[in-house]
Amino acid sequence: MNGQEIKQQTLLKNESDPLTHTPVHLLSLDDVGKHYGNIVALKDVTMAVDNGRVTCVLGDNGAGKSTLIKIIAGLHQHDAGQLKIMGEERKFGSPRDALDAGIATVYQDLAVVPLMPIWRNFFLGSELTSGFGPFKSMDVQQMKDITKKELAAMGIDLRDVEQPIGQLSGGERQCVAIARAVYFGAKVLILDEPTAALGVKQSGVVLRYILQARDRGLGVIFITHNPHHAFPVGDRFLLLKRGKSIGYYDKKDISLDELTAQMAGGAELAELAHELEQLGGHNDLLKEVKAEVADVVSTRPEGQ
Amino acid sequence: MTQTISKPTLSVADERIGTRNPLQKLLSRPEVGALVGAIVLFIFFASVSSTFVQPASFATVLYGSSTIGIMAVGVSLLMIGGEFDLSTGVAVISSALTASMFSWYFSTNVWVGVVLALVVSLSIGFINGWILMKTKLPSFIVTLATFLMLTGINLGLTRMIGGGVSSPSISNMDGFQSAQAVFASSVNIGGVDVRITVFIWIALVLIATWVLMRTRVGNWIFAVGGDANAARAVGVPVKATKIGLFMGVGFCGWILGMHNLFAFDAVQSGEGVGNEFLYIIAAVIGGCLLTGGYGSAVGGAIGAFIFGMANKGIVYAQWNPDWFKFFLGLMLLLATIVNLIVKRRAELK
Repeated sequence: MNGQEIKQQTLLKNESDPLTHTPVHLLSLDDVGKHYGNIVALKDVTMAVDNGRVTCVLGDNGAGKSTLIKIIAGLHQHDAGQLKIMGEERKFGSPRDALDAGIATVYQDLAVVPLMPIWRNFFLGSELTSGFGPFKSMDVQQMKDITKKELAAMGIDLRDVEQPIGQLSGGERQCVAIARAVYFGAKVLILDEPTAALGVKQSGVVLRYILQARDRGLGVIFITHNPHHAFPVGDRFLLLKRGKSIGYYDKKDISLDELTAQMAGGAELAELAHELEQLGGHNDLLKEVKAEVADVVSTRPEGQ
Repeated sequence: MTQTISKPTLSVADERIGTRNPLQKLLSRPEVGALVGAIVLFIFFASVSSTFVQPASFATVLYGSSTIGIMAVGVSLLMIGGEFDLSTGVAVISSALTASMFSWYFSTNVWVGVVLALVVSLSIGFINGWILMKTKLPSFIVTLATFLMLTGINLGLTRMIGGGVSSPSISNMDGFQSAQAVFASSVNIGGVDVRITVFIWIALVLIATWVLMRTRVGNWIFAVGGDANAARAVGVPVKATKIGLFMGVGFCGWILGMHNLFAFDAVQSGEGVGNEFLYIIAAVIGGCLLTGGYGSAVGGAIGAFIFGMANKGIVYAQWNPDWFKFFLGLMLLLATIVNLIVKRRAELK
């Protein structure tokens, strides 16, 4: 699959989409690859991100999702293919480079410094200052006010911006990080498994913030292994497996069942069924798995 | 009434934060455990020794505290930044030796040596930080190596250049008087001579506190100590911050080294070994976490003050000073336990 096969159309079948008909994408990858020594971590990955659209990257553990975001976020450099921002080829030397290009990343585990107050975390690395030369100091009151206001605008009602961010729940911390990226003018927002460690309700809250970020015109890259989280919010879906792209779909071309089937992988299920058969005994379970295999095979999208 | 209604979102307090009273807010400060300890210790020594509270002896206590406290400022910031430095004790002596040996050997104005010593001190800090950032080894190993090397260099070069274990006297050289006035004079306040290091110490604490609480760099120091990866990911210059912190320690070492040199006029090349622990102890007693990301400059100052009181208080109380180290260890243990309890309680509320 390559970029041309994706039709630049919106998630809703009958709606025209002026935003994505622009000749260049906000961010695009063409056949990007990366290897560590002789280990190929990522190969021939093609995807695009546009304003006001959510591109989901799905894959199991070890599929290359982290490598992909690390390349886009500037933590690692790709060694094959092209990474383009607004049509211009780029290679980021550091996270600062990526941030300057408008790419903000919200990491699953290292989004914030737990012992620091919320407002200090919110402005970390981009503090507001006043004064000149050596007497430049932080504008603490303004930073606190903005933090409170921005979080309220995202619908996060905080008790006290002075409390250490480590005291917030996982979902709230993700939301603070998202609000921070939005406030600092990110054009592309990368979310690394924001719902992985969360409960059902908290996940729903985070998904809502993803949609809010999208509605503010950001291009969102949503990394997840859960198709049930990806499908409702995504406009495009890139599926990774063992470092390779196994599919790249517009929402109109794929259903949740197909997406799930692709993720689950019919071959693995068939193997499981075979193993169960050999063990014997587990008849009910075997029947279930076999039904699932049949299901997966029948719902596989054309061309696969 | 009408004025308050005009902006209700700001004037109406959130009902969930109403219960935190000022006392609890105070208790959540990192240095509060040390403050309580300092007050208890002061009352204790004041009650066992009447000389302890006399202005002149108190000025001596402050002087003793300041010689630890000046270093504790840099060391506290470094520990908040998540690293520590075992080479500080001998680095102070290296700085003093540089100034005295250089100006003696080349017969220059001592101020030339003083400036060179500043360059050397900052370089030691820079090298410590740079090796640490390059190799990503623990700071314990890197600075332990620096500590050993500096100890050897101090002894070796002093014997090679001056032919003895102490640096030659420089008291009759050009610039000695003015340098002494800057680094080792006394200021008379109400009939009591207070050493100038006390004022330098207080000034450094104020500057460090301002940097920590009110500047971008302060935010970065907390961040690199709390979670260096998160800090790097949001664009904080982690390497520059950490190297800068080591250089800050170097700067403090230079001030103390110059004081040691000009308070007397010669330096023993084997001195300083073991002092690095006193600075770390002061910072830890003052509430700086060994793991980084938490603490204050004021805490380090209080830690140094506790040390100064214990050190001189034992003498004023006419006890055997042999017991001082035992006392210090006990203080350290109690202070860290108190800090731990206070911090846990404060976080729960």
